Amino acid sequence: MSINNQADQSRRKFLGNSAAVVAGVTIAPGILLHTPAQARSLDQAASSKQRWGILIDTNQCDSGCDKCVTACQTENGWGKNETKSNSEQQAQWIRKVELKDPNTGHQQSLPVMCQHCENPPCVDVCPTGASMKRDDGIVLVDKHICIGCRYCMMACPYKARSFIHEELKGQATVAPRGKGTVESCTMCVQRVDAGGSPACVEACPGKNGKAMVFGDLNDANSEIAKRLKQYGGKQIRADLGLNPSVRYQGI
Amino acid sequence: MSIRRVVAGLPLIMAGLLALPLSTHAGDAPQVAKGKGDACVEPTDVIRKNHMDLLKHQRDDTLRRGIRTKKHSLNECLECHVQPDESGKVARIDSPKHFCSTCHTYAAVKLDCFECHSDLPKSMNKSAYKHKLTPDNKHHASMQSAPVSRQMLDAIANGEAK
Amino acid sequence: MKKPILREVNESMGFYALLGVFGALILVALGAVYFMEHNGHHVTGMNNQIVWGMPHVFALFLIVAASGALNVASIASVFGRYQYKPLAPLSTVLAAALLLGGLMVLVLDLGRPDRLIVAMTYYNFKSIFAWNIILYNGFLAILVVYLWTQLDPTMVKYGKIAGFAAFIWRLVLTTGTGSIFGFLVARQGYDAAIMAPMFIIMSFAFGLAVFMLVMFAAYKWTNRPLGDGIVRRLKNLLGVFVGAVLYFSLVFHLTNLYATEHHGVEAFILRDGGIFTNLYWWGHFVIGGLLPLFLLYCRKTRDSRTLIGLASLLIILGGIAQLYVIIVGGQAYPLDMFPGMEVSSSFADGVVNNYSPSLAETLLGLGGFAVAMLLVTVVARALRMLPESLADDVVDPHHSKADA
Repeated sequence: MSINNQADQSRRKFLGNSAAVVAGVTIAPGILLHTPAQARSLDQAASSKQRWGILIDTNQCDSGCDKCVTACQTENGWGKNETKSNSEQQAQWIRKVELKDPNTGHQQSLPVMCQHCENPPCVDVCPTGASMKRDDGIVLVDKHICIGCRYCMMACPYKARSFIHEELKGQATVAPRGKGTVESCTMCVQRVDAGGSPACVEACPGKNGKAMVFGDLNDANSEIAKRLKQYGGKQIRADLGLNPSVRYQGI
Repeated sequence: MSIRRVVAGLPLIMAGLLALPLSTHAGDAPQVAKGKGDACVEPTDVIRKNHMDLLKHQRDDTLRRGIRTKKHSLNECLECHVQPDESGKVARIDSPKHFCSTCHTYAAVKLDCFECHSDLPKSMNKSAYKHKLTPDNKHHASMQSAPVSRQMLDAIANGEAK
Repeated sequence: MKKPILREVNESMGFYALLGVFGALILVALGAVYFMEHNGHHVTGMNNQIVWGMPHVFALFLIVAASGALNVASIASVFGRYQYKPLAPLSTVLAAALLLGGLMVLVLDLGRPDRLIVAMTYYNFKSIFAWNIILYNGFLAILVVYLWTQLDPTMVKYGKIAGFAAFIWRLVLTTGTGSIFGFLVARQGYDAAIMAPMFIIMSFAFGLAVFMLVMFAAYKWTNRPLGDGIVRRLKNLLGVFVGAVLYFSLVFHLTNLYATEHHGVEAFILRDGGIFTNLYWWGHFVIGGLLPLFLLYCRKTRDSRTLIGLASLLIILGGIAQLYVIIVGGQAYPLDMFPGMEVSSSFADGVVNNYSPSLAETLLGLGGFAVAMLLVTVVARALRMLPESLADDVVDPHHSKADA
């Protein structure tokens, strides 16, 4: 079953890539989408023509600000209904990390969440295929078939995943989550599918302009692609070759 | 009686046995909460027999492929079937009056949807914070057709209402 | 040469006492499972940083030991040492029992053990974990056939091939178990190909240690003769395996010490890690390594059954300590996401992670041992699998000549 799926996916990926190449050649660049995410029709599947990504400019990120975190909690309903778990057991889909260079004293602040790798280790190690990557690059947990083995949490280099340690009530409709399964940032897939951008990006005030940009990495005319081309962007742990969709400037 | 005759008669016996529970239990079948609309998205016998397959198909399409058609979505079931009763109370999943629990309790089939999914439709679920329900914010069609007070919604979200 | 006769054990008081003790331990473990599953994992010491804890230490010990418990049978069938043949059934049954005990612990610690069927029906073949599910089930199937060839005279002719299959399979199985950690590129404490062979050699030592204890107990409690010849051979083998475990452990850390990027994690395990450092040096190295080696080889202690049994027990304790250091210690050391930077966050970035195992987790782990031992006890009663005598002249007709 899973073999078929994987074969299917690589075939789809291949077709998708070739389609993207063909499109790029035959259609004038101006005709490609400008807006980060135009809503697909409801019956249309996510496609590998898009690869959703987030660019985070740490120079714009204020160390005292955690609006991205609270926006994520509000949207996806975590951070309030785990009452029995201790602080080390409570889920965190996105967190603010403070960095300090011991040599220079330079300090930075940045949000870290699921990096939505192109080659996600969590997907590789998952025994049932519950850890999965959508065609548009969003990495998700299929909680319907997650058995709660936590191997993905062992494998993730970003500590992006959390395990639910107790029975939950009051989940958000858009983000089902429950005891005994693993979860992580979904890049607000419900908003992306409706043509919007993730709650964290929307909420980010930045210092002098937004610190977070969301968009299609495959679309050369998207703001994120243009910015990345002009200013570059780093991957956390690029040495692992995972090619994450979340990129950082200033680290 | 030859063995062949017994074999030939088997379908008849089976049919008789199958008909038995239908006839005897028809009287005390569970009273399912009626939906809001006129008819279900599928004929009643189809949805009764196959709702789990339809939901499962939808869940894989939605989660794994991003297809978000509403016809067979769990939330749409709830939008239609989870409604306040005459006294304005909304049954939660742990009450046998909840649309899903009614039959599942009766048939003793464990439900595994609401371990993770909200048992309230999106329009009533306060956990979806975006929907700030103020008197002048009535963008939900369903809210208008089924008047629900703000206090009640808060009570629901706090788990006070049963 | 007298032909060794296999006979079931009697229903003595001791037999029922064993059933009672192991049964009680299993009941306690199941109670612990109910407690953990009903409440969720928040009642355990595990959290989002230490995701695998005590249950995994015990489960992996049992699974690794299961592979090694088959040593004796393998030596008989694969390497043609007929002296060990009478013990092959005990070795095979013990392997299966330990594996079942370990798997029970592993499965009952899942977040959703009720979805075991999902693990059996949805496979991601890129996952070493999924492969292990197949390897474990396959091993059990092979062991059943292998046991059949040992006990049914009409099947004896297939014994060689079954033994060979079981031998290859268990090497692959332990490779798979070691690779659970070897394949984790993200974590400093893992990501090493040496994990696979190290787990194989650990399996040899732990499995044989468990086997020795079970054999001693079985022969003492049934008043059957057990000759010094076979004990001496097995304890020498055990010593070699223990030495090899120490060797692999040293090479693993020496290799890491050469690379500057690994200095942090090595300093943590070997010097600054508190409980992990203590468990590594005192638990794994001294109690599980040097001390048993001394007991097994020193002229004054090597002939004492009690002290050989003690050495086996120490090897088991040291093995559990070693796995605790590998599994929990590897997670306790912070992930290095931003090399060279000081890191802090609300999600334990940059700090050593805490883990204090709860009683329930530990009871579940011990329950795995109890399941394994209960199975062995029951099978020893149900099947004619234990030789009536392992006296030297029964085991080896050349015994007197060889030792003269």
